[in-house]
Amino acid sequence: MEIAFLLNGETVRERVMDPTRTLLDWLRETRRLSGTKEGCNEGDCGACTVTVSALENGQLVHRALNACILFLPQLHGKAVRTVEGIAAPDGALHPVQQAMVEHHGSQCGFCTPGVVMSLYTAHRDGRRDFDDVLAGNLCRCTGYAPIIRAADAAAEAPRPAWEKDETAALAALGQRGDLQGGQAYLPDDLDAFAAWYEAHPEATLVAGATDVGLWVTKQLRTLAPVAFLHRLEALQRIETDAAGITIGAGVTLSRLRGVMAARHPDFAELIRRYGSVQVRNAATIGGNIANGSPIGDGPPALIAQGASLTLRRGAERRTLPLEDFFLDYGKQDRRPGEFVESIHIPAQPDRLRCYKLSKRFDQDISAVCGCFSITIEDGHVNAARIAFGGMAGIPKRAAHVEAALVGHPWEEATVRSAQGAFALDFTPLSDMRASAGYRLRAAQNMLLRAYHEDRGTRTRLVGRGAA
Amino acid sequence: MSVHRPTAHDSATLHVTGAARYTDDLPVPVDTVHLAFGTSPQANGTLRGMDLSAVRTAPGVIDVLTAADLPHENDVSPSPWPEPLLATDRVHYLGQPVFLVVAESHLAARKAARLARFEIDADTPVLTIEDALAASREFEPPVTHERGDPDPAIATAPHRIEGTIAMGGQEHFYLEGQAALALPGEGGEIHVVSSTQHPTEIQHKVAHALGVPYAAVRSEVRRMGGGFGGKESQGNALAVACAVVAHRLKRPARMRYDRDDDFIITGKRHDFRIDYRAGVDDEGRILGIEFRQYCRGGWSQDLTLPVADRAMLHADNAYWLPKVRIVSHRLITNTQSATAFRGFGGPQGMLGIERVMDHIAHALGRDPLEVRRVNFYADAPVAAPDASGGDISGKWKAGQLTPYHMPVTDCIVNALVDRLAERSDYAARRAAIEAWNRASPVLKRGIALSPVKFGISFTLTHLNQAGALVHVYSDGSIHLNHGGTEMGQGLNTKVAQVAAEVFARPLGSVKITATDTTKVPNTSATAASSGSDLNGMACKAACETIRDRLADFAARHWQAERAEIRFVPEGVDLGSRVLPFEEVVAAAYANRVSLSSTGFYATPDIVWDRRAGRGRPFYYFAYGAAVTEVTIDTLTGEYRIDRADILHDCGKSLNPAIDIGQIEGGYVQGAGWLTTEELVWDDKGRLRTHAPSTYKIPACGDRPRVFNVELWDGENREQTIYRSKAVGEPPFMLGISALMALSHAVAQCGDGSLYPSLDAPATPERILRAVDAQRGRAWE
Repeated sequence: MEIAFLLNGETVRERVMDPTRTLLDWLRETRRLSGTKEGCNEGDCGACTVTVSALENGQLVHRALNACILFLPQLHGKAVRTVEGIAAPDGALHPVQQAMVEHHGSQCGFCTPGVVMSLYTAHRDGRRDFDDVLAGNLCRCTGYAPIIRAADAAAEAPRPAWEKDETAALAALGQRGDLQGGQAYLPDDLDAFAAWYEAHPEATLVAGATDVGLWVTKQLRTLAPVAFLHRLEALQRIETDAAGITIGAGVTLSRLRGVMAARHPDFAELIRRYGSVQVRNAATIGGNIANGSPIGDGPPALIAQGASLTLRRGAERRTLPLEDFFLDYGKQDRRPGEFVESIHIPAQPDRLRCYKLSKRFDQDISAVCGCFSITIEDGHVNAARIAFGGMAGIPKRAAHVEAALVGHPWEEATVRSAQGAFALDFTPLSDMRASAGYRLRAAQNMLLRAYHEDRGTRTRLVGRGAA
Repeated sequence: MSVHRPTAHDSATLHVTGAARYTDDLPVPVDTVHLAFGTSPQANGTLRGMDLSAVRTAPGVIDVLTAADLPHENDVSPSPWPEPLLATDRVHYLGQPVFLVVAESHLAARKAARLARFEIDADTPVLTIEDALAASREFEPPVTHERGDPDPAIATAPHRIEGTIAMGGQEHFYLEGQAALALPGEGGEIHVVSSTQHPTEIQHKVAHALGVPYAAVRSEVRRMGGGFGGKESQGNALAVACAVVAHRLKRPARMRYDRDDDFIITGKRHDFRIDYRAGVDDEGRILGIEFRQYCRGGWSQDLTLPVADRAMLHADNAYWLPKVRIVSHRLITNTQSATAFRGFGGPQGMLGIERVMDHIAHALGRDPLEVRRVNFYADAPVAAPDASGGDISGKWKAGQLTPYHMPVTDCIVNALVDRLAERSDYAARRAAIEAWNRASPVLKRGIALSPVKFGISFTLTHLNQAGALVHVYSDGSIHLNHGGTEMGQGLNTKVAQVAAEVFARPLGSVKITATDTTKVPNTSATAASSGSDLNGMACKAACETIRDRLADFAARHWQAERAEIRFVPEGVDLGSRVLPFEEVVAAAYANRVSLSSTGFYATPDIVWDRRAGRGRPFYYFAYGAAVTEVTIDTLTGEYRIDRADILHDCGKSLNPAIDIGQIEGGYVQGAGWLTTEELVWDDKGRLRTHAPSTYKIPACGDRPRVFNVELWDGENREQTIYRSKAVGEPPFMLGISALMALSHAVAQCGDGSLYPSLDAPATPERILRAVDAQRGRAWE
């Protein structure tokens, strides 16, 4: 199978032998472009950050992505830019590069190419939320202060004249239709894909590769066959009507955050702390659900909103409440050849409160993620949907806690008494993220936080509602 | 002037364009082979045998080596204690290299390395400090430093405090993992390029492994993507493995650790437990104190003894301890061999006494800053004392000796802390915070100031030497080489500034080159913050030799007065006229004047008797202080560093921009050590936090929201390079103020009766546990 993409403005046609060859290895080993660095090989440090641009509905969209967990077939029809490709042809530095030099933003320099590419992507898009932009770029030398000074300075500079618009070149690549070859399958028609997967249930499905990427780089697994879902536009739809919002499984966390900002701002804030910009630009909500992680942050928030899931096998679809999808640790209600097609969130007033607890605020995996949708009427709890990640082998509703609240007056005594019900719902584990006792106490206190917040007390350190 | 200017890092443009080459970026010949270690799945046991058949037949595998295949020494130890490259009859930690895979690609080598079957008779691993104490596993008998007998002073003091602090280790997390490349030469020669702070040790270890003289080994490093001490000794294994394979197969060999392997194989900062008891007066002044330091060394000695020594040497930090005893235990465990990490034991020792200050203040109900102030060493008189002792103040004359009997003659901590407290508005903010806390049920704030006094010099005295090699070419360009290594700290920039200064040439005319044992031999590790002190002086000596030859020549050649010749930005000033530098150089060449010189420097005046615990191990001290403000969330224990104000002493800074960068970065790394960076081993000795997904160094958003850094306006009293001070390690310990601020915030949750006694790292879990203890709501 031959794929085509742009590399620093030049068209590349590459015969893909191994569908899980990463962009990072290809850049460094095949193209000898060693500016892009391997820091962790799992999408956490950002030293391998590149910019990938694509035409979406006629619009040129730029994304910072981690090259270490990006498989070559995912680049088909896109434009890749690396740190070697942003200075002027005569060698003049890009404004972000110039600012990094002037503000002493590099010390050892190893994270620098990734930092530069994150800032370059932000500069193209006019973004200035640099704490978020750089949350996925770890630096061990500078303490970040000079990098932020450089970012602020570069933001004042206009886009350089030599910065090319790739729209025409991408349009000229003109890659439509299913691609198949070797062990890789790149469908662009959902029905065709559904039929293929029904026939090849042993296949690995790759959407953003933020999880499957690690199967390759860390578990050293050989995957075959592999279907890449990123070209299935039908999976990337977001449809809204009076009943609610239906989100295609292929919608990235970055897009979902934007959609949720107005409806359920706490969900949007939770997503802001999901991975990093690079991870959210790749990861999809369908992947977040389908991998069945007990600590994926999407499911508890969706369960608290009463979301339902539509699964598809061949032409057959079925819909179930999201909480019923998760059966046990590592086990979901998904039959061979069946895939997650969409998620539906019913329309509702925003009562959602999401609390993510991790050792580090940004780009960390939750120790506990608690999501609450509690309805109060006449001073009493009328309804409650409460779901947690990190408290069991699966994302799980807190049925006993809900029962201890519903029908009772919304006051601290009720909350204190409902806190006792957590031990009936959950028997959490101890691991390197948190002890069982801490998880239980923190979860109980999250309910108290919901109560405090409802009373107008400031309780948050970061993000929305921070003191 | 080239020195004292905020010049950009010499590689900055290469960094931002991706053109800066690191070890694994170097183009290599097509027949290069790739290596990976197979590692022990057990933390402690007897290695009965291995079935490597699946490894040997895996795709792309060329060769597999075990200890029996090594041609000469099987040793990569930086200490006299043996440390095999490949395990022989016993395995000592989970992750220890046992065999070596040679393959056509990095990925093929990694995949094959997982296919071994081990036959190991497992023994119970000794993992913790408590395990090791129970099993009496120590590298040497406990070491004691004592000055005066503290026991009666403690017993008769008006107040006594006693406690324990446990502090975790720290993974270096240099962004560039360990990497090496070996290129075989003719006649047994070998060229090794590696990511190392210690090219000479690499040279020695490779020579021993191949059975060749040191002179046959060329060890080179252009730059590292971070070191922080983690590349002082931990690169030996990769370099030796590559050299052995290159010799064996007559092919170039390269190796890099995947990040997980890097975590699991290499050493980290030493965990410590420090028990303390002290007697104090009503103001909190220490009358007598005893520390017991327990240092977890891991399976091999590596640098544990000097690290533990330095922890003892910083048990006083900036405080005069009239009667003091420090006892140090150096413990052996079945974990990665702990190694050098920025501060080298200093942070651990210093955290011990900072905890004591905080504890005293709590016990006496005083502001911790006031307790610190009454205990500071006296500042030295403003004018430097002359050699005879000169005019010194009463308190000072009374003899403020460190616990190791070195007089503190350069103290500025009182003045520095006063200025910082004033500029950061410490007192008013502390009062405001406590008022704010009374009205805030969930969020609580805390603030703390902590000082740093850090000793500069290698405690192994003979390491305090350095060499440089400078050539002036006939076109006037200058080629600079020295024994130090560049890991991001800006050493090459500073040393180049020195060369440019001596010749009064623009910085751009000085060409910085890779550190190379064939240019400057017998180098010390770039460590102990000493890089610019030592190599700057060696470079200056080399440049001055050449400059003096040029001046002598110019005086003869142009009949100028030798004493009037000056090197100025315009060229060489002969008194009567100024000639371009290039013209003088060209004429000197034509008249057969040597334009190349070595330079050498050995730090004067230091003497240290390690056994007796007495002497002057340090040439001078670097000082600093930080004020940190935090907010904690008492529902989950999460926290935020809201603000940090730092005033730090770099003497007369060689490069203020680079020094401020070291201070900002050091502070954040130090705060990371004490907050979110938690290493977790399970009961089998398996490191569970082995990648950035599970081990959390500070991210961008974790830096203090408000971050004010200033340099102290002063100069080194000693004759250091242009009166500057070392800066690599000291600012790391400014991060201690973050832990102390958390302690203040936690203490604000209770009625004042219970001291928080926070251990480190103070993860959100530890903070919540401490908050709930304050509120009488303990949980398990």
